[in-house]
Amino acid sequence: MLDYTPKEYIQRSALTINPAKTCQPVGAMYAALGIHKCLPHSHGSQGCCAYHRKFLTRNFRDPVMASTSSFTEGAAVFGGGSNLKTAIKNVFSIYNPDIIAIHTTCLSETIGDDIPTYIMSSQIPEGKLVIHANTPSYQGSHVTGFSNMVRSMVKYLSVNSKTPNGKVNVIPGFVNPGDMREIKRLMKAMGAAFTMFPDTSNVLDAPMTGKFDMYPKGGTKVQDIIDAGNSLATLALGSFASSDGAFELDKKCKVPARVLKTPIGINATDEFLMAVSKLTGMAVPEDLEEERGQLVDIMVDCHYHYHGKKVAIFGDPDLCIALTDFAISLGMTPKYVLTGTPGESFENEIRDMFNAAGIDGKVKALGDLFTLHQWMKEEPVDLLMGGTHGKYIARAEDVPFVRIGFPILDRSVHSYLPIVGYKGAMRIIEMMSNALLDRQDRDAADEDLELIM
Amino acid sequence: MKHEIIKKKIDKVLEKYPAAVFKNRKEHVLVNDCSIPEPQTITANTRTIPGIITNRGCCYAGCKGVVLGPLRDAVIITHGPIGCGYYTWGTRRNKGKKKSDEKNFLNYCFSTDLQEGDIVFGGEKKLRQAVTEAVQIFQPKTIFICSTCPVGLIGDDINAVAAWAQNEYGIKVISFSCEGYKGVSQSGGHHIANNGLIRHIIGTGDAAVGKYAINILGEYNIGGDGWELERILKKIGYEIVSMMTGNGTVEELSNAHKAALNVVQCHRSINYIGEMMKTKYGQDWIKVNFIGVKSTIKSLRDIARYFDDPDLTARTEAVIAEELEDITPQLEHFRKICSGKTAALFVGGSRAHHYQHLLRDLGVETILAGYEFAHRDDYEGREVIPSIKEDGDSKNIESIEVQPDPENFRLVLSRERYEKLKDEIPLNYYGGMIKEMPDGSIVVDDLNHYETEEFLKILKPDIFCSGIKDKYIAHKAGIFSKQLHSYDYSGPYAGFKGAVVFARDIAMGLTTPSWKLAVPPWKTQPVLEGRVATC
Ligand code: SF4
Ligand code: SF4
Repeated sequence: MLDYTPKEYIQRSALTINPAKTCQPVGAMYAALGIHKCLPHSHGSQGCCAYHRKFLTRNFRDPVMASTSSFTEGAAVFGGGSNLKTAIKNVFSIYNPDIIAIHTTCLSETIGDDIPTYIMSSQIPEGKLVIHANTPSYQGSHVTGFSNMVRSMVKYLSVNSKTPNGKVNVIPGFVNPGDMREIKRLMKAMGAAFTMFPDTSNVLDAPMTGKFDMYPKGGTKVQDIIDAGNSLATLALGSFASSDGAFELDKKCKVPARVLKTPIGINATDEFLMAVSKLTGMAVPEDLEEERGQLVDIMVDCHYHYHGKKVAIFGDPDLCIALTDFAISLGMTPKYVLTGTPGESFENEIRDMFNAAGIDGKVKALGDLFTLHQWMKEEPVDLLMGGTHGKYIARAEDVPFVRIGFPILDRSVHSYLPIVGYKGAMRIIEMMSNALLDRQDRDAADEDLELIM
Repeated sequence: MKHEIIKKKIDKVLEKYPAAVFKNRKEHVLVNDCSIPEPQTITANTRTIPGIITNRGCCYAGCKGVVLGPLRDAVIITHGPIGCGYYTWGTRRNKGKKKSDEKNFLNYCFSTDLQEGDIVFGGEKKLRQAVTEAVQIFQPKTIFICSTCPVGLIGDDINAVAAWAQNEYGIKVISFSCEGYKGVSQSGGHHIANNGLIRHIIGTGDAAVGKYAINILGEYNIGGDGWELERILKKIGYEIVSMMTGNGTVEELSNAHKAALNVVQCHRSINYIGEMMKTKYGQDWIKVNFIGVKSTIKSLRDIARYFDDPDLTARTEAVIAEELEDITPQLEHFRKICSGKTAALFVGGSRAHHYQHLLRDLGVETILAGYEFAHRDDYEGREVIPSIKEDGDSKNIESIEVQPDPENFRLVLSRERYEKLKDEIPLNYYGGMIKEMPDGSIVVDDLNHYETEEFLKILKPDIFCSGIKDKYIAHKAGIFSKQLHSYDYSGPYAGFKGAVVFARDIAMGLTTPSWKLAVPPWKTQPVLEGRVATC
């Protein structure tokens, strides 16, 4: 397994090996699916759309609907205007969404297709909407694509109509539908009136009913995204995926933005609830305080399962940042933290955490799994955490592996259950402890196999 | 009469389309009518209409993803932004196991991850550097460069980079301009990959081979299918010079011209190589189908007829008998569960045909079948090739002319024997899918989401065999869906043992108790009795 990855670090400037990110449109498609009755549309050749749909479908095990402009060579040379106009017409008459959310691909970006002009000259039925986001994959990553699409929702839709609605907006970031459900539960428990967008719960974790519904019940209503311009404030969870949308709302509609960590782990969840509490003027309810108490109880009781263990974390920046913080709060040593998404702020934020905790760790943005693997060869860790692709390294180095983040293609149920909030934190602890203890059991001599641990 | 009723139903589905779409799509759908003496025609390999939710992928997917990807000893660098390369990393289940000292790069993904500056100023420099780094780190014998959409537009000369690197590093470096927008589907990419393999690899080796040496073409070892074929064929006594391209190597492919016969499993993706090798080296190809028990037996017998050796024929029969004895009891068990069910199939470019045989072995009738990116010959048989009009999109894919290779050209069969045999076995011929489909079944080319949803509603098949994008759509509607691209991570499904695995998986999908739980019990039983206070 990965037999040719040498231990000696080799400087590379051009070849990415085993990437830790993918391209913008897949994130934009995911975000767009979080609008109720929205059909994401991929403006480019059909291969990109096929790959993105496949990828999301494999991660969520639910239908992922999206259309494409199906470029051929002619469109690549002369521009995709007529393809897009035909597509818009056909999508509304055949698939009848309320809104089409177009994202571009490398191809249409390289040609320089002017999407707003094309939209303007398209036939859009009364009451229907078309929005777009530019998502060139030669910038950023799938997280950038998610962020760009969220910003476009605001740009196209949100309006400050001078009728304050007393709500708080929540942008949940690139998290699973199960996490979005949990964030909503926390908001309700806090008694806060809110609009969360996008919201893929009940779209990508929809129930089996015996009937296929192209537009399931979930997704943020367009009306609510419009009305987000009248909210009191916006909480952007995860700076990489959510801050651009929040700042856009501030710029366009004067809704003040506050950027927080994705509420993964105890500190980030505390911060989130306190931010909500501050906005609503209401205390954190007893129920949630009880959950928090349970979490701390677990952390105290089981600390020896993971305290002092070295962990390597990779994945999307917002997840890595929150997870690193959580690992530190558990007494673990996040030795390596790597994201494929570019961003100096990522490295700075993690380095600050390392410094504060006195950890001698390595961090890298725009990194790849080849680098992570080399680090792990140089100095091994006790646990690896990240998406499915980590399994190759886990096997090569025989390291326990916890699947967390995006994508997870080889296990199920992860998209239904949260990793955010106190409940999510318990779940993360359970996954980590189990992985570490399973390894201890596996490696134990007969006489050392413990019944109680 | 029966046909009229089905046609009416189809019309009702298609009539909902806007006029232009209706006009286009109706040419891609037909009802198989065995009572008509003249062959029915279908439109295929044309553009998908923008806005249609299609299952089709792109040229790059066909070239890098399908044909080149399985070659385990080549470092394949995707030249482009990150996504395209990332999505083809380990996702196709083309298994590969290295032999002795060669290298196996199948768990690696290589990309130039082009950034904005590269798009503006050109990515050639970065590509050169990437090749250099790949050589330094991995020391491969072969590097392939596959370009993605933007590369074609920014004008990077990947051929020049390949030529430079080949010279600089003394290894094989081959470039494939398989930008996604070329052609109308994956199909163009198959052709581009076929061209490259013929031009630069096949025929460059000089290993000695034995008497019953064959190549297996169009077998990608998904779920280990290729290994099952290898097992059976070796047991009979064949030598497999190369497998194209499942679990294959550049090394093995270089000797492919030495084999006596090309055995073609997936016609669509590799027929170009079959044809070009025939012209260049005189090798015949024979269309086989190792999916299904009866069709596996027929394929084995056909290959044996080609060699016409009494020992080989006897050995073939002995192996068939042995294998049948081995699998029959298990297969029977599953057949009882599956028998009487119906299936709809929508897969790539050969499987929608191949799997009808295996389903028939299990007593399952196919009521609808279609290909994602086939050409008319895959539906109607190669006899229609001369009458297929080339359009602009197909002209954009290069067709190369090869000449007989004076050193390596040889004919295995005498002219007389060839003439006789070609009426008995599918020699250099594929008859297509339609001829083997039941009367009244529906054939749909480039089936799209809307049609899938509607046809599933009308036809209510018990099994829908398609890909991951459709799978959960069917499941939500209560229809069991089997992925025939990835086999739902199972396999092998080919050959004898594979048939049992497939039968088991289908039986499992049909009988899993969960289907019955979709409706909660309180929807069917009265429960409104209680007096407990509600909060
Ligand atoms: S061409 Fe660009 S958008 Fe399409 S899959 Fe590749 S990287 Fe993604
Ligand atoms: S069977 Fe279909 S999917 Fe598979 S390689 Fe052939 S054409 Fe492609």
